[in-house]
Amino acid sequence: MFHSRTVEIWVGLFVAIGFAALFMLAMQVSNLSTVTGDDGYEVTARFENISGLKVRSAVTMAGVKIGKVSDINFDPQTFEAVVSLRIDSRYNEIPTDTSASIFTAGLLGEKYIGLEAGGEEELLLAGDELELTQSSLILEQLIGQFLFSKAADGDDE
Amino acid sequence: MSEKKHSPLTPLLDWLQQLGRFCLGFFERLGRGHLLLFHIVSGIPGLAFKWRLVVFQLYSVGVLSLLIIVVSGLFVGMVLGLQGYNTLVDFGAEESLGTFVALTLVRELGPVVSALLFAGRAGSSLTAEIGLMKATEQLSGMEMMAVNPVKRILAPRFLAGVLSLPLLAAIFSAIGVMGGYFVGVDLLGVDDGAYWSQMQAKVDLHDDIYNGVIKSIVFGIVVTWIAVFEGYDCTPTSEGVSRATTRTVVHASLAVLGLDFVLTALMFGEG
Repeated sequence: MFHSRTVEIWVGLFVAIGFAALFMLAMQVSNLSTVTGDDGYEVTARFENISGLKVRSAVTMAGVKIGKVSDINFDPQTFEAVVSLRIDSRYNEIPTDTSASIFTAGLLGEKYIGLEAGGEEELLLAGDELELTQSSLILEQLIGQFLFSKAADGDDE
Repeated sequence: MSEKKHSPLTPLLDWLQQLGRFCLGFFERLGRGHLLLFHIVSGIPGLAFKWRLVVFQLYSVGVLSLLIIVVSGLFVGMVLGLQGYNTLVDFGAEESLGTFVALTLVRELGPVVSALLFAGRAGSSLTAEIGLMKATEQLSGMEMMAVNPVKRILAPRFLAGVLSLPLLAAIFSAIGVMGGYFVGVDLLGVDDGAYWSQMQAKVDLHDDIYNGVIKSIVFGIVVTWIAVFEGYDCTPTSEGVSRATTRTVVHASLAVLGLDFVLTALMFGEG
């Protein structure tokens, strides 16, 4: 029916295309290309409220993703959330007085942590804690405050 | 005898007998199917010396299915791009189109649709081929010559099916992502960088892509097993072969859809 050589060439082509598609899915579609292995170093930060932040949320600096949230715990003594940030090891020159804030991507988007560098000479090492933190804004509280202040303004007049 | 015929219990007993026969037949087939699977799997190591048989089956099962997989992958991806865009643009979230298209394809549509197409394209032809071999007594002829038809005929086809479907599903997903890119970025004006970067940010290699591949391997096993079994177990007449072919497509499709729910619940249920 077919020459054996033609058949084999087609099968070879099929297998090659199949693996190329898998490779493309792994490299181009998934997060493999943005993950630089498991190295990197971990620092912690304490927040009063992290509402909506999740493990694997992004950690950014100047809008560039430099790491991810690796763990979230609750400290029963201080009633604070303890968030571990794993930062890629190539970004190892971050000052110790860097501040961490929880932001929202877009109005209703997901939460991420934005770092803002300070001016200290000393650099952040593995296991350090970021002292300056700002909790996430909670939309309901904001609206509540806004309505409250509106109502207070109305009373004055 | 005549006394028995007039007993009021007779219709009930007849009905019970039918039910019993049906159940026994069902379990008999189930048992034969599993025995056959066992024999096929135990015949696979022997194929290392008859690699040519598998290559030829890879051609007829895999290569010949390429066209339908590529074309439907492209169109499914394009439709996803269009529909996703129309929905997402209402929320101003059309940048997430890449994530939407990629996750839908990699997790669900890639494995499932290619398994359904595979059942229709390759499964039916496997059943018809094996069924005809049985009807024309080629299989018994082989047995006469002390060639085991399960190892010689069924095992290469089974192995080729199991190897082909994951590759076909990967091709389907990759082409679909391109199709979504074509419609979303080139035609509807979603940002090129956002399409890929949002996709890369949200699609996880382990959680999404590996699980999709595992799904398609399971579907490959189930579809090829059903196809091969129906052919081997069919009534050796032209009507029997045609019935077996129909059953292959119906049962394989139902099994794929049912298993997909189970696998999805196991893989993504907690997340």
